[in-house]
Amino acid sequence: MHTFDLNLDRLSKVEGSASLDVSVKDNKVESVKFKITEYKRFFTQAMKGKPILALPQLLARICGTCSNAHLLCSIEACENALNMPQSEQTRELRNLTMHGLIIRDHALHLYMFSMPDIYGKDAFLDFDENNPEEHQILHDAFEIKAAGNFLATLVAGRSVHAIHPTVGGFLHFPDQAGIGEAIKKLEAVRPAVLRLIEIYKKAPFHFDRKTNFMALVPEKYGYLHGVIIDSKGNKIPEEHFREHLEKVILPYSQASAYKHVGESYMVGALARMNLAKDRLHSKTKETLGEMLNIFPSTDIFHNNLAQAIEILHSIDDSVDVLSNKKFEPEPITKPVYKEAIGIGVIEAPRGTLYHKIHVGADGIVKEGEIIVPTGQNQINIEEDISRLVEDLVLKMDKDKIAFEIEKLIRAYDPCMSCASHFLKVNWKKS
Amino acid sequence: MTEEKNKKIKIGWFTFSCCEDNTIVMTEVMNDHWQEWKKIFDFRHVRVLKSNNILDELDIAFIEGAIASQDHINKLKEIREKSKKLVAIGACAIVGMPAGQRNYFSEEQKKEIEFLTARFAALPKVLRVSDVVKVDAEVPGCPMDPNKFLEVVNNLVKEFQQ
Repeated sequence: MHTFDLNLDRLSKVEGSASLDVSVKDNKVESVKFKITEYKRFFTQAMKGKPILALPQLLARICGTCSNAHLLCSIEACENALNMPQSEQTRELRNLTMHGLIIRDHALHLYMFSMPDIYGKDAFLDFDENNPEEHQILHDAFEIKAAGNFLATLVAGRSVHAIHPTVGGFLHFPDQAGIGEAIKKLEAVRPAVLRLIEIYKKAPFHFDRKTNFMALVPEKYGYLHGVIIDSKGNKIPEEHFREHLEKVILPYSQASAYKHVGESYMVGALARMNLAKDRLHSKTKETLGEMLNIFPSTDIFHNNLAQAIEILHSIDDSVDVLSNKKFEPEPITKPVYKEAIGIGVIEAPRGTLYHKIHVGADGIVKEGEIIVPTGQNQINIEEDISRLVEDLVLKMDKDKIAFEIEKLIRAYDPCMSCASHFLKVNWKKS
Repeated sequence: MTEEKNKKIKIGWFTFSCCEDNTIVMTEVMNDHWQEWKKIFDFRHVRVLKSNNILDELDIAFIEGAIASQDHINKLKEIREKSKKLVAIGACAIVGMPAGQRNYFSEEQKKEIEFLTARFAALPKVLRVSDVVKVDAEVPGCPMDPNKFLEVVNNLVKEFQQ
């Protein structure tokens, strides 16, 4: 019989800092503690007393990797509070901002964090330029990332903490020369993305456990507007999302975790692909054909395949929009302040992101709440680890199990910077 | 270890309390410089890039983030002792903000977060990197400016290659 404690002190090749304790007694897992160990920076406290127009830029600083998702989600919450409509062009530019983020962020995760596991390497930069296959992968990785970075910079000003999107519109607009170059770069990396999809389709890792999924499902596959749908077919309007989540405090973690109707659930690329694959860009669907039949899937490693497919969709949709729409300078809509509550829900790269703001008649923020994807995935991650360890405890030694756990956690692409910086808020019903 | 690897400049990249925006910018700068960096750098301790990280003797340590706990202080001092040059990267490392925004909370706000700073043994006040150790160079910005980063990196590379 196996009895041991396993501690992974600080996980590598993930965004932010996390550790893990697993306790096994007589072949049974007694406890799994996935601890988010980033120090809190108290954004939900710091937002109190800030002018509403300054809020999105502050909240972008919650997370470096998905900063543009926090920026757009906060802008949406602020605009909803003040009943500000968005022009069609603003919506398109925000979609393009998300596409830039999805391309570079998913590529970072798939190549730099996950790919070394598939090829048995310690680091992505250990790939050998003299080996033709690895040479190709190295070049593909940096070219895809650069194309996403270029798109984000063209549309939003920067790929991290973007400066052009603001409450009421955009402060700067892409020029024709830049648009032409973006189209060229995005089209040039399309074959590389197809190679990436092939690698993750064939990847030898699998872990299947039936669980629930949830995602914001838009009319056309995207990240900003739509209705939240779960894998049981329930539909939740954005403004009622919060009421469906139950906060679970884990005393060992700096982050809050969540359940939905008493059960754990998963958000992210796999959830989106499971629930909305029929809404992908027509060119993406045509290229991938029957391969999309893999979804819906409950194999967590298919989250990586779903991310690779999302890169292709973001490229196809961006090229389509950049080729067919004209972008003209537009004035910013001016806000009219009133006391109000606003909610923003978007799909960040790692899943459903929720911002709530309560603003006073003077335009000053009274309080707010933020729920991030990794907090929602936390309990699901722990339940998966528990099952994985019980599956493996008789088959391999502790060190090998630790590596299998790390691979599984990386498949979720967790983001600890996002997850840790919130203070428990007792929201007063108004 | 090969002789060539011994000659490479040993790099460490460390993250304390922050949003890791500079890590992301560094991986974007890498899009254009990875081939050169692969030749001249030995990435010895970069958790975002690899699993087997070694903290023995570094030529350049890049420090991102503010210092929020005694463990952070101990770790930062250890890095300083083992590094020839130490570079503070980004606003949180250099001025302590926005990671240290709780330093400027009202008494009422401080009371509301007290149980959490106590539970995780956070420092009473979030510190800048230069409050704890000597800093040899800085790359300011939120996130850091990629060109300034390259300038600092290239100057240090020249120093080590002399």
